[in-house]
Amino acid sequence: MGEDEAAGAGVRETVDAVYRTDSRRVLATLIRLLGDFDLAEEALHDAFTAAVECWPRDGVPANPRAWLVSTGRFKAIDGMRRRARFDASLVELARRLDADTGDPAAWDEESVADDRLRLIFTCCHPALPPDAQIALTLREACGLTTEEIARAFLTGPSTLAQRIVRAKAKIRDAGIPYQVPARADLPDRLDSVLHVVYLVFNEGYSASSGASLTRHDLSGEAIRLGRLLSELLPEPEVVGLLALMLLHEARGAARTSPTGELIPLGDQDRSLWKRDLIAEGAALVERALSSRRFGPYTLQAAIAAVHAEAPDAASTDWAQIVGLYDVLARADPSPVVELNRAAAVAMRDGPLAGLTLIDAILARGDLADYFPVHSARADLCRRLGRRAEARASYERALGLTRLEPERRFLERRLGELPD
Amino acid sequence: MKYLCLIYDEEKKLGAMSKSESDAFMGEYYAFTEGIRKSGHYVAGEALQPIHTATTVRVRNGKMSTTDGPFAETKEQLGGFYLINARDLNDAIQVASKIPSARLGSVEVRPIMVFDQQ
Repeated sequence: MGEDEAAGAGVRETVDAVYRTDSRRVLATLIRLLGDFDLAEEALHDAFTAAVECWPRDGVPANPRAWLVSTGRFKAIDGMRRRARFDASLVELARRLDADTGDPAAWDEESVADDRLRLIFTCCHPALPPDAQIALTLREACGLTTEEIARAFLTGPSTLAQRIVRAKAKIRDAGIPYQVPARADLPDRLDSVLHVVYLVFNEGYSASSGASLTRHDLSGEAIRLGRLLSELLPEPEVVGLLALMLLHEARGAARTSPTGELIPLGDQDRSLWKRDLIAEGAALVERALSSRRFGPYTLQAAIAAVHAEAPDAASTDWAQIVGLYDVLARADPSPVVELNRAAAVAMRDGPLAGLTLIDAILARGDLADYFPVHSARADLCRRLGRRAEARASYERALGLTRLEPERRFLERRLGELPD
Repeated sequence: MKYLCLIYDEEKKLGAMSKSESDAFMGEYYAFTEGIRKSGHYVAGEALQPIHTATTVRVRNGKMSTTDGPFAETKEQLGGFYLINARDLNDAIQVASKIPSARLGSVEVRPIMVFDQQ
């Protein structure tokens, strides 16, 4: 290889690296400047194509991101002018875009950071259907391809592509603004963003079989989004959600056996838990709690932190966990929270106390089709020596779950019941 | 942008209001309308007669048919509208959320289609 070629290869590596770290930021700013998702994506593509051509010849610019934004914007306006020969309505648009954005050299780090928030808030706008919010966030804010998202959500790529096309059309036609919401709307709008991030995380986290590798990436994407959000908008619940995801992720490797069996929290090999993630998560929980403005995510993270810091199940501070569930049940009442509280009460006060609470939930008619309630009930019956009841509840749970590792876990427990 | 806020109420619920309740509700509407006139959002707005006055018209194969009642029977009925000028959907949602019926029924917010003028 000659010297020039070697230098060229080095620059191409630089372009790839810039793409990985900065393509979403560049896109976020281009959407603001061009006012259109599709136009901005095309401009992003053109800008990187130009970088591959120009950087080996002219050297890597001092601020690659600024270069990419101004090149992308220039290419988009240029393209519009060329198309304007056939479509007169574009002349005015091109002129306005050119005039609007002033000096592209004026690179304002603050407004550029805001662009990434604008992008996330726009993708998670509550006027978009929930599944479209997820797809759009993964596509635009995380940079996943349509195929990758489709694989992760076990849908066809064409269905997914259409979902994204429709969402973009709604953003354009309904006039969803490219904005970080006003202070007054922020709590509601932030809820909707955090909800999307947590759904993405859980989609990756709960999948532990089959295409587990690609689905696992979703958890990583959610954590990356969580880090970005807590850097740009460090509200207590943003920090709390990041903590929650890190603390769950820390236990990821211990949740399944090498053969794919699901291992419940109490039986996990705690030496497999990732201490660095636990330390980071626990510190974030402290930070969110000290704000006194925390909510459900922070409380769930606090519970996960108590688990994570216990050397084993028996020495877990169950009283503290029950106390945290009490607060959570007031902040965000739901039958699932009650179920988890019941499981903690069973650990603190014995299986009978927990069983009484679970039966009360079922008697109300809540969670009848939720397999964990039957699985938890079966487990408590087993510990109380009520074999027939345990068997019936395991069978009920089996009938309600589709996930293979969960099925195998329940079948194993069922097989272990003495006759 | 212009947005049409379609106001859906349960006629039964409104009909069951006492005189003082319905006066208070109408008072809220007058105040709301006054507010969006002042803020510059207001373009037009009307209340509709109840659905028993509705007629649905169709033409099929050149033949017109008319039927009594609205196009679809629903729990909530279209009872009125505001046409507003808003900066964007967020602004329109803010206005729509203050329509008194948003608390009792629901308000559908639809952007007005703009056709390219040749």
